[in-house]
Amino acid sequence: MKPPVYGLLAEFGTEAAFRTAVADLRAAGCVRLEAYTPYPVEPSVLPGTTPMGWIMLIAGLVGAGGGFFLQWFAARDYPLDIGGRPLNSWPAFVPITFELTVLTAALTGVFAFFCLAGFPRLHHPVLGDPRFKRASQDRFFVCLCADDPLYADAHVRRVLANAQPDSMAEVSA
Amino acid sequence: MKAPEKSPLGEPHPSLIAPGQTLDSVTRTVSDIPLRHPHPRFWWTAFLAAFALVLLLLVSIAWLFTRGIGVWGVTVPIAWGFAIVNFVWWIGIGHAGTFISAILLLLHQAWRTSINRFTEAMTLFAVACAGLYPLLHLGRPQFFYWLVPYPDTMGLWPQFRSPLEWDVFAVSTYAMVSLLFWYVGLLPDLATMRDRAATRWKARVYGLLSLGWRGDARHWRHYQKLYILLAGLAAPLVVSVHTIVGLDFAIAILPGWHSTIFPPFFVAGAIFSGFSMVLTLIIPLRAVYKLQGLITDRHLDLMAKVMMTTGWLVIYGYFCEFFTAWRSGNVFEQFTAANRVIGPYAGYFWALMVCNVLAPQFLWSSRLRHNIVVLFVVAFMVNVGMWIERFVIVITSLHRDFLPSSWGMYHATFWDYSTLAGTVGLFVALLFLFLRFLPAISMTEMRRFVAKKEGGQ
Repeated sequence: MKPPVYGLLAEFGTEAAFRTAVADLRAAGCVRLEAYTPYPVEPSVLPGTTPMGWIMLIAGLVGAGGGFFLQWFAARDYPLDIGGRPLNSWPAFVPITFELTVLTAALTGVFAFFCLAGFPRLHHPVLGDPRFKRASQDRFFVCLCADDPLYADAHVRRVLANAQPDSMAEVSA
Repeated sequence: MKAPEKSPLGEPHPSLIAPGQTLDSVTRTVSDIPLRHPHPRFWWTAFLAAFALVLLLLVSIAWLFTRGIGVWGVTVPIAWGFAIVNFVWWIGIGHAGTFISAILLLLHQAWRTSINRFTEAMTLFAVACAGLYPLLHLGRPQFFYWLVPYPDTMGLWPQFRSPLEWDVFAVSTYAMVSLLFWYVGLLPDLATMRDRAATRWKARVYGLLSLGWRGDARHWRHYQKLYILLAGLAAPLVVSVHTIVGLDFAIAILPGWHSTIFPPFFVAGAIFSGFSMVLTLIIPLRAVYKLQGLITDRHLDLMAKVMMTTGWLVIYGYFCEFFTAWRSGNVFEQFTAANRVIGPYAGYFWALMVCNVLAPQFLWSSRLRHNIVVLFVVAFMVNVGMWIERFVIVITSLHRDFLPSSWGMYHATFWDYSTLAGTVGLFVALLFLFLRFLPAISMTEMRRFVAKKEGGQ
């Protein structure tokens, strides 16, 4: 029995060739595409958005509210009457509210990024390919995953071959 | 005025990287330092010297915990001695790291690229040294956790209206966010280290640290958003931290401290001292590890200019202190100002003027600014000058305040000096461990830089 296949991994030496290949595959109708680059290429080759902004905004607001509440609550829980000044001395609570806003947003942002990216992850099929060692250095990779409906399609294979990858081989799952 | 770093087309200034660098060459140059460990004799000499000081720090702390803070020169009226001077000095040094990595990123200054990783590490280690001092300065350090709000059985809360409590939150948030920012920046580079490691166990350790990073285009999208947002959070954070440190002084009613100029003056001083520390460290390291192709003379030139600019902001702070004292009509303020210039600690004041006001003026000359030795000496003097500045602020203000009956003098003991030397050792030892095991320049950002440059031509 053949070992299960994760996908078809093609290697490119330049960003331009890699871009063309991804664009051609997408034009051919492939949906389960993965792209790997040694630095963030702009604009991104794959469509999509990121929820990071919203996540961090909400986390920051929660941090701000929680930080202020902590101080407001403590001022009532152990009241200090200093010459009849109001217990809710909010200007003095601003610095810590700000610090906790930043702390909560940053911690949540990093945690959310790990969740979105599936980190930490000990292994991934593409990491098993010896060619892939250069994905973190100077090579660009496109992976057409085996669960794509067009994976076995001869036309798609030809499109990828026409993009002239430096190498093209299947990686096992 | 020089041309801006970034042209409207977006390609970086050509003199920020040596000609002929490729994706592969920048990756190799940077990753070979931890992987192949060149110049072992230099590394071991520097590391062991620093490590000896770390041992001295441990001895000093052990003695301090055994005998109490009486082993230091702190007394009444000078209850804030070296510990607070060193705390402010170290935390200020850290600020250049965040300034370079976050504020210059938001301002699209391409020249930050090859120095940001190193300066972020510098920030972390400086904050670690800084954070030690307030804890050591507690009379009963075993109760440090009383500074943190938690539902304790005594039914008490920390005093949230005190700048010293703000400091707890500011410094711990700063340390945490700096660590996250640094680690998130390192992730793709740790993957590169994993893939370039020659032995299996090295690949495993770097692999574990890289958390499974593989440069997926979808991950990059989240990553870039996260990175820019962390920078956006770190930028006001760094200003808030030294503002709060400034408020530690300004909210007190002591003449010489009670001044509205303190928060901005402290922030400018922090960035001034931070840039001087970056130059002091980068000039020798760049020479030893032959990184002139990545950290070019133009980088040093730009850092020297930032140092001069912030230096002038600090000079404005000095001016303001004296001007306010003069125009306030307050006899205590006027006495404190005069006492700084001609009092028992006048020597420190004039040393401060030489180091912080006089020395940086040599950098007006482009020829002197491009002379590595001159630049190094000036940067080193500013480091010393900024330490003296904090000494002048803390000690001379405290030693003669309102009542002549409560005047005193500060005499630093051996253990004051040994703790200072020990944290210098800790800082240097951590930096050398960082150089030994982690890529000191962001390979990812250098690759993007090279790619942009190629695209622009």
